[in-house]
Amino acid sequence: MPVTAPEVSRFDPGAPWALHPQVALRPEGFGALAYHYGNRRLVFLKSKTLVELVSALADFDSAEQALRAMVEPGQRDRHEAALARLAASGVIRAR
Amino acid sequence: MPGSGASALRDDLERGLAAPICLTWELTYACNLACRHCLSSSGRRDPDELTPAEARGVVDELAAMQVFYVNVGGGEPMLRPDFFDLLAYAVGHGVGVKFSTNGSRLTAARAAQLAAMDYVDVQVSIDGADAAVNDAVRGPGSFAAATAAMGHLADAGFGRFKVSVAMTRHNVAQLDALLDLADRYGAQLRLTRLRPSGRGADTWDDLHPTAEQQRDLYHWLLERPDVLTGDSFFHLSALGEPLEGLNLCGAGRVVCLIDPVGDVYACPFVIHRDFLAGNVRAAGGFASVWRESSLFAGLREPQSAGACASCGAYDACRGGCMAAKFFTGLPLAGPDPECVFGHGEAALAAAGPVAIPRPGADHSKPARGASPVRLSPPNRRPVHA
Repeated sequence: MPVTAPEVSRFDPGAPWALHPQVALRPEGFGALAYHYGNRRLVFLKSKTLVELVSALADFDSAEQALRAMVEPGQRDRHEAALARLAASGVIRAR
Repeated sequence: MPGSGASALRDDLERGLAAPICLTWELTYACNLACRHCLSSSGRRDPDELTPAEARGVVDELAAMQVFYVNVGGGEPMLRPDFFDLLAYAVGHGVGVKFSTNGSRLTAARAAQLAAMDYVDVQVSIDGADAAVNDAVRGPGSFAAATAAMGHLADAGFGRFKVSVAMTRHNVAQLDALLDLADRYGAQLRLTRLRPSGRGADTWDDLHPTAEQQRDLYHWLLERPDVLTGDSFFHLSALGEPLEGLNLCGAGRVVCLIDPVGDVYACPFVIHRDFLAGNVRAAGGFASVWRESSLFAGLREPQSAGACASCGAYDACRGGCMAAKFFTGLPLAGPDPECVFGHGEAALAAAGPVAIPRPGADHSKPARGASPVRLSPPNRRPVHA
Protein backbone atom coordinates (compact mmCIF):
# COMPACT_ATOMS: atom_id res chain seq x y z
CA MET A 1 0.00 0.00 0.00
CA PRO A 2 1.16 3.58 -0.43
CA VAL A 3 3.30 4.71 2.47
CA THR A 4 2.22 8.01 4.00
CA ALA A 5 4.66 10.82 3.32
CA PRO A 6 6.53 11.62 6.55
CA GLU A 7 4.77 14.35 8.48
CA VAL A 8 7.64 16.66 9.15
CA SER A 9 6.92 19.28 11.78
CA ARG A 10 9.28 22.16 12.44
CA PHE A 11 10.02 21.94 16.12
CA ASP A 12 8.79 24.88 18.19
CA PRO A 13 9.47 24.17 21.88
CA GLY A 14 6.89 26.76 22.89
CA ALA A 15 4.10 24.79 21.19
CA PRO A 16 2.18 21.81 22.58
CA TRP A 17 3.42 18.42 21.32
CA ALA A 18 2.46 14.75 21.61
CA LEU A 19 3.59 11.34 20.54
CA HIS A 20 2.15 10.64 17.09
CA PRO A 21 -0.87 8.33 17.45
CA GLN A 22 0.58 5.93 14.86
CA VAL A 23 3.80 5.50 16.83
CA ALA A 24 4.37 2.55 19.17
CA LEU A 25 7.12 2.51 21.80
CA ARG A 26 8.85 -0.72 22.79
CA PRO A 27 10.90 -0.54 26.01
CA GLU A 28 14.54 -1.61 25.64
CA GLY A 29 17.49 -1.58 28.03
CA PHE A 30 18.92 1.59 26.46
CA GLY A 31 15.56 3.40 26.26
CA ALA A 32 13.00 2.41 23.65
CA LEU A 33 12.40 1.63 20.03
CA ALA A 34 9.81 3.82 18.36
CA TYR A 35 8.05 2.50 15.29
CA HIS A 36 5.92 4.77 13.12
CA TYR A 37 3.24 2.71 11.38
CA GLY A 38 2.55 5.58 9.00
CA ASN A 39 5.99 6.26 7.55
CA ARG A 40 7.50 2.88 8.58
CA ARG A 41 10.42 4.47 10.33
CA LEU A 42 12.17 2.77 13.21
CA VAL A 43 13.79 5.24 15.59
CA PHE A 44 15.98 4.61 18.63
CA LEU A 45 15.23 6.61 21.78
CA LYS A 46 18.57 6.34 23.49
CA SER A 47 17.76 7.29 27.07
CA LYS A 48 15.03 6.43 29.52
CA THR A 49 14.54 10.10 30.33
CA LEU A 50 13.82 10.77 26.67
CA VAL A 51 11.26 7.95 26.62
CA GLU A 52 9.50 9.37 29.68
CA LEU A 53 9.63 12.87 28.23
CA VAL A 54 8.14 11.81 24.90
CA SER A 55 5.42 9.78 26.61
CA ALA A 56 4.43 12.73 28.82
CA LEU A 57 4.52 15.50 26.19
CA ALA A 58 0.75 15.41 25.77
CA ASP A 59 0.26 16.30 29.45
CA PHE A 60 2.01 19.67 29.13
CA ASP A 61 1.02 22.93 27.44
CA SER A 62 4.38 23.11 25.70
CA ALA A 63 7.48 21.03 25.09
CA GLU A 64 9.41 23.63 27.09
CA GLN A 65 7.25 23.00 30.16
CA ALA A 66 7.72 19.27 29.80
CA LEU A 67 11.49 19.73 29.56
CA ARG A 68 11.54 21.90 32.69
CA ALA A 69 9.42 19.47 34.64
CA MET A 70 11.11 16.23 33.61
CA VAL A 71 14.74 16.86 32.65
CA GLU A 72 17.69 18.01 34.77
CA PRO A 73 18.83 21.55 33.78
CA GLY A 74 22.18 20.35 32.40
CA GLN A 75 20.46 17.81 30.15
CA ARG A 76 17.76 20.06 28.70
CA ASP A 77 19.56 21.28 25.58
CA ARG A 78 20.40 17.76 24.48
CA HIS A 79 16.85 16.59 25.07
CA GLU A 80 15.42 19.57 23.24
CA ALA A 81 17.66 18.72 20.27
CA ALA A 82 16.47 15.11 20.49
CA LEU A 83 12.84 16.27 20.42
CA ALA A 84 13.60 18.34 17.30
CA ARG A 85 14.94 15.21 15.58
CA LEU A 86 11.89 13.22 16.66
CA ALA A 87 9.67 15.94 15.21
CA ALA A 88 11.59 15.72 11.93
CA SER A 89 11.03 11.96 11.74
CA GLY A 90 7.34 12.27 12.63
CA VAL A 91 7.61 10.42 15.96
CA ILE A 92 6.12 13.45 17.76
CA ARG A 93 3.79 16.03 16.27
CA ALA A 94 2.32 19.40 17.19
CA ARG A 95 -1.16 19.12 18.64
CA MET B 1 20.29 11.54 20.93
CA PRO B 2 21.32 12.24 24.50
CA GLY B 3 24.35 10.59 25.91
CA SER B 4 25.36 8.28 23.15
CA GLY B 5 26.81 8.14 19.70
CA ALA B 6 26.50 5.53 17.00
CA SER B 7 29.06 3.20 18.58
CA ALA B 8 27.30 3.22 21.96
CA LEU B 9 24.11 2.24 20.18
CA ARG B 10 25.94 -0.53 18.39
CA ASP B 11 27.21 -1.85 21.71
CA ASP B 12 23.62 -1.91 22.99
CA LEU B 13 22.41 -3.74 19.92
CA GLU B 14 25.23 -6.29 20.14
CA ARG B 15 24.02 -7.19 23.61
CA GLY B 16 20.65 -8.09 22.12
CA LEU B 17 17.19 -6.55 22.29
CA ALA B 18 13.98 -7.50 24.10
CA ALA B 19 12.63 -8.66 20.72
CA PRO B 20 14.05 -8.79 17.21
CA ILE B 21 13.82 -5.74 14.97
CA CYS B 22 14.49 -7.68 11.81
CA LEU B 23 12.73 -11.00 11.95
CA THR B 24 12.50 -13.13 8.84
CA TRP B 25 9.69 -15.66 8.70
CA GLU B 26 9.76 -18.17 5.91
CA LEU B 27 6.23 -19.46 5.50
CA THR B 28 6.84 -22.45 3.25
CA TYR B 29 9.64 -24.40 1.63
CA ALA B 30 7.40 -24.82 -1.44
CA CYS B 31 8.58 -22.91 -4.49
CA ASN B 32 7.80 -23.05 -8.18
CA LEU B 33 11.30 -21.80 -8.97
CA ALA B 34 14.64 -23.44 -8.25
CA CYS B 35 17.04 -20.48 -8.03
CA ARG B 36 20.64 -21.56 -8.06
CA HIS B 37 21.49 -19.48 -4.99
CA CYS B 38 18.35 -20.15 -2.89
CA LEU B 39 19.49 -19.59 0.68
CA SER B 40 16.81 -21.91 2.09
CA SER B 41 17.23 -24.69 -0.54
CA SER B 42 13.52 -24.44 -1.21
CA GLY B 43 11.41 -26.43 -3.64
CA ARG B 44 9.09 -28.88 -1.93
CA ARG B 45 6.69 -28.07 0.86
CA ASP B 46 7.66 -29.72 4.17
CA PRO B 47 4.80 -31.87 5.54
CA ASP B 48 5.59 -30.52 9.01
CA GLU B 49 5.05 -26.84 8.17
CA LEU B 50 3.14 -24.72 10.69
CA THR B 51 -0.62 -25.06 10.34
CA PRO B 52 -2.73 -21.93 9.80
CA ALA B 53 -3.69 -21.97 13.49
CA GLU B 54 -0.05 -22.36 14.57
CA ALA B 55 0.99 -19.54 12.24
CA ARG B 56 -1.65 -17.24 13.75
CA GLY B 57 -0.30 -18.22 17.17
CA VAL B 58 3.15 -17.01 16.09
CA VAL B 59 1.60 -13.69 15.02
CA ASP B 60 -0.06 -13.38 18.44
CA GLU B 61 3.32 -13.83 20.10
CA LEU B 62 5.04 -11.34 17.82
CA ALA B 63 2.31 -8.79 18.52
CA ALA B 64 2.69 -9.29 22.27
CA MET B 65 6.47 -8.81 21.97
CA GLN B 66 5.94 -5.65 19.88
CA VAL B 67 7.70 -6.98 16.83
CA PHE B 68 6.47 -4.18 14.61
CA TYR B 69 6.96 -5.93 11.30
CA VAL B 70 8.22 -9.18 9.84
CA ASN B 71 10.04 -9.97 6.64
CA VAL B 72 8.11 -12.84 5.12
CA GLY B 73 9.67 -15.15 2.58
CA GLY B 74 10.01 -18.77 1.66
CA GLY B 75 10.07 -20.65 -0.67
CA GLU B 76 7.38 -18.69 -2.42
CA PRO B 77 5.12 -17.42 0.39
CA MET B 78 2.17 -16.80 -1.94
CA LEU B 79 1.98 -20.57 -2.51
CA ARG B 80 0.73 -21.04 1.05
CA PRO B 81 -3.03 -21.51 0.80
CA ASP B 82 -3.65 -19.34 3.87
CA PHE B 83 -1.23 -16.60 2.74
CA PHE B 84 -3.77 -13.77 2.42
CA ASP B 85 -5.62 -14.81 5.59
CA LEU B 86 -2.35 -14.75 7.50
CA LEU B 87 -1.41 -11.39 5.99
CA ALA B 88 -4.71 -9.87 7.09
CA TYR B 89 -4.37 -11.46 10.53
CA ALA B 90 -0.86 -10.06 11.01
CA VAL B 91 -1.60 -6.48 9.96
CA GLY B 92 -4.83 -6.60 11.97
CA HIS B 93 -2.67 -7.31 15.03
CA GLY B 94 -0.19 -4.50 14.41
CA VAL B 95 2.47 -6.72 12.84
CA GLY B 96 3.33 -5.19 9.47
CA VAL B 97 4.41 -7.56 6.71
CA LYS B 98 7.12 -7.03 4.15
CA PHE B 99 7.06 -10.04 1.91
CA SER B 100 9.37 -11.27 -0.83
CA THR B 101 7.91 -12.95 -3.87
CA ASN B 102 9.06 -14.17 -7.25
CA GLY B 103 5.87 -12.57 -8.61
CA SER B 104 4.55 -15.63 -10.38
CA ARG B 105 1.31 -15.66 -8.35
CA LEU B 106 0.95 -11.88 -8.16
CA THR B 107 -1.95 -11.33 -10.56
CA ALA B 108 -3.69 -8.03 -11.25
CA ALA B 109 -6.44 -9.02 -8.80
CA ARG B 110 -3.92 -9.88 -6.06
CA ALA B 111 -2.07 -6.61 -6.68
CA ALA B 112 -5.32 -4.68 -6.19
CA GLN B 113 -6.00 -6.62 -2.99
CA LEU B 114 -2.51 -5.80 -1.68
CA ALA B 115 -2.81 -2.13 -2.64
CA ALA B 116 -5.90 -1.88 -0.44
CA MET B 117 -4.11 -3.23 2.66
CA ASP B 118 -2.30 -1.17 5.29
CA TYR B 119 1.14 -2.13 6.60
CA VAL B 120 2.03 -4.42 3.72
CA ASP B 121 5.18 -4.03 1.65
CA VAL B 122 6.07 -6.17 -1.33
CA GLN B 123 9.53 -7.07 -2.60
CA VAL B 124 9.69 -8.63 -6.03
CA SER B 125 12.92 -10.59 -6.52
CA ILE B 126 14.93 -10.44 -9.71
CA ASP B 127 18.63 -11.15 -10.21
CA GLY B 128 19.34 -9.32 -13.43
CA ALA B 129 18.12 -6.36 -15.46
CA ASP B 130 17.17 -8.59 -18.38
CA ALA B 131 15.88 -12.10 -18.92
CA ALA B 132 19.27 -13.46 -20.00
CA VAL B 133 21.10 -12.55 -16.78
CA ASN B 134 18.12 -13.10 -14.49
CA ASP B 135 16.91 -16.41 -15.89
CA ALA B 136 20.40 -17.93 -15.78
CA VAL B 137 20.06 -17.86 -11.98
CA ARG B 138 16.30 -17.97 -11.38
CA GLY B 139 15.15 -20.16 -14.26
CA PRO B 140 13.39 -19.73 -17.63
CA GLY B 141 10.40 -17.39 -17.61
CA SER B 142 11.16 -15.97 -14.17
CA PHE B 143 12.09 -12.48 -15.45
CA ALA B 144 8.86 -12.23 -17.45
CA ALA B 145 6.83 -13.34 -14.42
CA ALA B 146 8.53 -10.87 -12.08
CA THR B 147 8.16 -7.90 -14.42
CA ALA B 148 4.50 -8.79 -15.06
CA ALA B 149 3.94 -8.69 -11.29
CA MET B 150 5.75 -5.34 -11.09
CA GLY B 151 3.43 -4.04 -13.78
CA HIS B 152 0.37 -5.24 -11.84
CA LEU B 153 1.57 -3.50 -8.66
CA ALA B 154 2.23 -0.26 -10.53
CA ASP B 155 -1.15 -0.42 -12.29
CA ALA B 156 -2.94 -1.12 -9.00
CA GLY B 157 -1.44 2.03 -7.46
CA PHE B 158 0.38 0.04 -4.79
CA GLY B 159 2.97 2.79 -4.44
CA ARG B 160 6.65 2.28 -3.76
CA PHE B 161 7.11 -1.47 -3.67
CA LYS B 162 10.64 -2.89 -3.73
CA VAL B 163 12.63 -4.65 -6.39
CA SER B 164 15.11 -6.89 -4.61
CA VAL B 165 18.32 -8.12 -6.21
CA ALA B 166 21.06 -10.40 -4.87
CA MET B 167 24.34 -9.10 -6.25
CA THR B 168 26.24 -11.57 -8.39
CA ARG B 169 29.26 -11.49 -10.64
CA HIS B 170 26.84 -11.27 -13.57
CA ASN B 171 24.66 -8.37 -12.48
CA VAL B 172 27.04 -5.89 -10.83
CA ALA B 173 27.64 -4.43 -14.31
CA GLN B 174 23.86 -3.86 -14.52
CA LEU B 175 23.52 -1.65 -11.43
CA ASP B 176 22.39 1.41 -13.39
CA ALA B 177 20.04 -0.67 -15.52
CA LEU B 178 18.53 -2.25 -12.39
CA LEU B 179 17.91 1.20 -10.92
CA ASP B 180 16.27 2.33 -14.19
CA LEU B 181 14.11 -0.78 -14.23
CA ALA B 182 12.87 -0.17 -10.67
CA ASP B 183 12.25 3.51 -11.47
CA ARG B 184 10.13 2.61 -14.50
CA TYR B 185 7.69 0.80 -12.19
CA GLY B 186 7.78 3.45 -9.46
CA ALA B 187 9.62 0.97 -7.26
CA GLN B 188 12.57 1.30 -4.91
CA LEU B 189 15.69 -0.75 -5.61
CA ARG B 190 16.97 -3.00 -2.84
CA LEU B 191 20.29 -4.81 -3.16
CA THR B 192 21.36 -7.71 -0.98
CA ARG B 193 24.53 -9.64 -0.58
CA LEU B 194 24.76 -13.12 -2.07
CA ARG B 195 25.55 -15.67 0.64
CA PRO B 196 27.04 -19.16 0.32
CA SER B 197 23.94 -20.48 2.12
CA GLY B 198 21.49 -23.15 1.00
CA ARG B 199 22.01 -23.95 -2.67
CA GLY B 200 24.24 -20.86 -2.70
CA ALA B 201 26.93 -23.06 -1.12
CA ASP B 202 27.24 -24.95 -4.41
CA THR B 203 27.13 -21.89 -6.68
CA TRP B 204 29.10 -19.40 -4.58
CA ASP B 205 32.34 -19.80 -6.53
CA ASP B 206 30.56 -19.09 -9.83
CA LEU B 207 28.29 -16.31 -8.64
CA HIS B 208 29.89 -14.18 -5.94
CA PRO B 209 31.16 -10.79 -7.16
CA THR B 210 34.89 -10.29 -7.73
CA ALA B 211 36.92 -8.06 -5.43
CA GLU B 212 36.92 -5.33 -8.07
CA GLN B 213 33.13 -5.58 -8.48
CA GLN B 214 32.70 -5.25 -4.71
CA ARG B 215 34.68 -2.00 -4.73
CA ASP B 216 32.55 -0.74 -7.63
CA LEU B 217 29.40 -1.68 -5.72
CA TYR B 218 30.62 0.11 -2.57
CA HIS B 219 31.23 3.37 -4.41
CA TRP B 220 27.97 3.06 -6.34
CA LEU B 221 26.06 2.59 -3.06
CA LEU B 222 27.82 5.48 -1.32
CA GLU B 223 26.57 7.79 -4.06
CA ARG B 224 23.01 6.45 -3.81
CA PRO B 225 21.85 6.38 -0.17
CA ASP B 226 18.26 5.92 -1.39
CA VAL B 227 19.05 2.43 -2.64
CA LEU B 228 18.11 0.02 0.14
CA THR B 229 20.54 -2.68 1.26
CA GLY B 230 18.99 -4.19 4.40
CA ASP B 231 22.37 -3.63 6.08
CA SER B 232 23.66 -6.35 3.82
CA PHE B 233 27.05 -5.01 2.80
CA PHE B 234 28.61 -3.93 6.07
CA HIS B 235 31.76 -5.92 5.21
CA LEU B 236 32.37 -3.25 2.53
CA SER B 237 32.45 -0.46 5.12
CA ALA B 238 36.09 -1.47 5.72
CA LEU B 239 36.82 0.47 2.50
CA GLY B 240 36.31 3.78 4.30
CA GLU B 241 33.15 5.75 4.87
CA PRO B 242 30.50 3.43 6.36
CA LEU B 243 27.45 2.54 4.29
CA GLU B 244 23.93 3.38 5.48
CA GLY B 245 22.70 1.10 8.27
CA LEU B 246 23.72 -0.33 11.61
CA ASN B 247 26.86 -2.00 10.23
CA LEU B 248 26.89 -5.02 12.47
CA CYS B 249 26.05 -8.73 12.36
CA GLY B 250 22.63 -8.86 13.96
CA ALA B 251 22.39 -12.66 14.18
CA GLY B 252 20.62 -13.65 17.40
CA ARG B 253 20.93 -10.05 18.63
CA VAL B 254 18.45 -8.04 16.57
CA VAL B 255 17.84 -10.58 13.79
CA CYS B 256 16.56 -14.14 13.57
CA LEU B 257 14.74 -16.55 11.28
CA ILE B 258 11.61 -18.60 11.88
CA ASP B 259 11.57 -21.34 9.24
CA PRO B 260 8.42 -22.99 7.84
CA VAL B 261 8.44 -25.81 10.43
CA GLY B 262 8.87 -23.33 13.29
CA ASP B 263 12.61 -23.80 13.80
CA VAL B 264 14.30 -20.61 14.98
CA TYR B 265 17.76 -19.90 13.55
CA ALA B 266 20.15 -17.04 14.35
CA CYS B 267 19.67 -15.46 10.92
CA PRO B 268 18.12 -16.28 7.53
CA PHE B 269 21.51 -17.28 6.13
CA VAL B 270 22.43 -19.98 8.64
CA ILE B 271 19.94 -22.80 8.28
CA HIS B 272 22.21 -25.33 9.99
CA ARG B 273 21.90 -27.18 13.27
CA ASP B 274 24.83 -25.23 14.74
CA PHE B 275 22.66 -22.10 14.62
CA LEU B 276 19.34 -23.66 15.58
CA ALA B 277 18.09 -21.97 18.77
CA GLY B 278 14.79 -23.82 19.28
CA ASN B 279 11.30 -24.21 17.87
CA VAL B 280 8.21 -22.04 18.26
CA ARG B 281 6.13 -25.17 19.00
CA ALA B 282 8.05 -25.87 22.23
CA ALA B 283 6.76 -24.72 25.61
CA GLY B 284 7.25 -20.97 25.96
CA GLY B 285 7.01 -20.49 22.21
CA PHE B 286 9.08 -18.01 20.24
CA ALA B 287 9.47 -15.60 23.16
CA SER B 288 11.36 -18.11 25.29
CA VAL B 289 13.60 -19.10 22.37
CA TRP B 290 14.46 -15.44 21.80
CA ARG B 291 15.02 -14.69 25.48
CA GLU B 292 16.48 -17.93 26.81
CA SER B 293 18.28 -19.82 24.07
CA SER B 294 21.88 -20.53 25.03
CA LEU B 295 22.93 -20.09 21.41
CA PHE B 296 21.54 -16.55 21.33
CA ALA B 297 23.03 -15.78 24.76
CA GLY B 298 26.43 -16.72 23.33
CA LEU B 299 25.97 -14.54 20.24
CA ARG B 300 25.14 -11.59 22.53
CA GLU B 301 28.49 -11.92 24.32
CA PRO B 302 31.45 -9.90 23.01
CA GLN B 303 32.83 -11.77 20.00
CA SER B 304 36.49 -12.45 19.39
CA ALA B 305 38.06 -10.64 16.44
CA GLY B 306 40.48 -13.54 15.93
CA ALA B 307 42.84 -12.93 13.04
CA CYS B 308 41.15 -9.54 12.43
CA ALA B 309 42.26 -8.11 15.80
CA SER B 310 45.32 -6.41 14.31
CA CYS B 311 43.42 -4.92 11.35
CA GLY B 312 42.69 -1.21 11.54
CA ALA B 313 39.38 -1.66 9.75
CA TYR B 314 37.90 -4.15 12.22
CA ASP B 315 35.80 -1.49 13.89
CA ALA B 316 34.22 -0.69 10.52
CA CYS B 317 33.42 -4.21 9.26
CA ARG B 318 33.39 -6.23 12.52
CA GLY B 319 34.83 -9.21 10.65
CA GLY B 320 31.91 -9.38 8.24
CA CYS B 321 29.19 -12.00 7.90
CA MET B 322 29.07 -15.04 10.16
CA ALA B 323 27.14 -17.10 7.62
CA ALA B 324 29.54 -16.30 4.79
CA LYS B 325 32.42 -17.48 6.96
CA PHE B 326 30.67 -20.59 8.21
CA PHE B 327 29.59 -21.91 4.81
CA THR B 328 32.99 -21.30 3.23
CA GLY B 329 34.71 -23.21 6.04
CA LEU B 330 36.40 -20.16 7.60
CA PRO B 331 36.63 -19.69 11.39
CA LEU B 332 33.93 -17.35 12.74
CA ALA B 333 36.60 -15.28 14.52
CA GLY B 334 38.49 -13.96 11.53
CA PRO B 335 37.99 -12.41 8.12
CA ASP B 336 34.96 -12.66 5.86
CA PRO B 337 35.61 -14.64 2.64
CA GLU B 338 34.99 -11.37 0.78
CA CYS B 339 37.20 -9.24 3.07
CA VAL B 340 38.02 -6.15 1.01
CA PHE B 341 41.73 -6.49 1.84
CA GLY B 342 41.85 -10.08 0.58
CA HIS B 343 42.47 -11.57 4.04
CA GLY B 344 39.56 -13.97 3.55
CA GLU B 345 40.85 -15.26 0.23
CA ALA B 346 44.29 -15.70 1.78
CA ALA B 347 42.80 -17.63 4.70
CA LEU B 348 40.87 -19.87 2.32
CA ALA B 349 43.99 -20.53 0.25
CA ALA B 350 46.08 -21.24 3.36
CA ALA B 351 43.50 -23.65 4.76
CA GLY B 352 43.44 -25.70 1.55
CA PRO B 353 40.58 -28.15 1.10
CA VAL B 354 38.58 -28.27 4.34
CA ALA B 355 35.30 -29.92 5.23
CA ILE B 356 32.67 -27.32 4.46
CA PRO B 357 29.49 -27.52 6.54
CA ARG B 358 26.50 -28.62 4.48
CA PRO B 359 23.33 -26.56 4.85
CA GLY B 360 20.49 -28.24 6.75
CA ALA B 361 16.85 -28.48 5.68
CA ASP B 362 17.34 -29.23 1.97
CA HIS B 363 13.92 -29.10 0.26
CA SER B 364 15.27 -28.89 -3.28
CA LYS B 365 13.23 -30.68 -5.89
CA PRO B 366 14.93 -33.72 -7.37
CA ALA B 367 17.00 -32.88 -10.41
CA ARG B 368 15.16 -33.21 -13.70
CA GLY B 369 15.37 -36.77 -14.96
CA ALA B 370 15.96 -38.19 -11.50
CA SER B 371 13.34 -40.46 -9.99
CA PRO B 372 10.47 -38.40 -8.54
CA VAL B 373 9.85 -41.11 -5.95
CA ARG B 374 11.32 -40.25 -2.59
CA LEU B 375 10.93 -42.71 0.22
CA SER B 376 12.76 -40.90 2.99
CA PRO B 377 11.73 -37.58 4.49
CA PRO B 378 13.68 -34.46 3.55
CA ASN B 379 17.12 -34.42 5.10
CA ARG B 380 16.56 -31.80 7.78
CA ARG B 381 19.33 -32.91 10.11
CA PRO B 382 22.42 -33.82 8.15
CA VAL B 383 24.61 -36.28 10.01
CA HIS B 384 27.80 -34.72 8.75
CA ALA B 385 28.71 -31.29 10.04
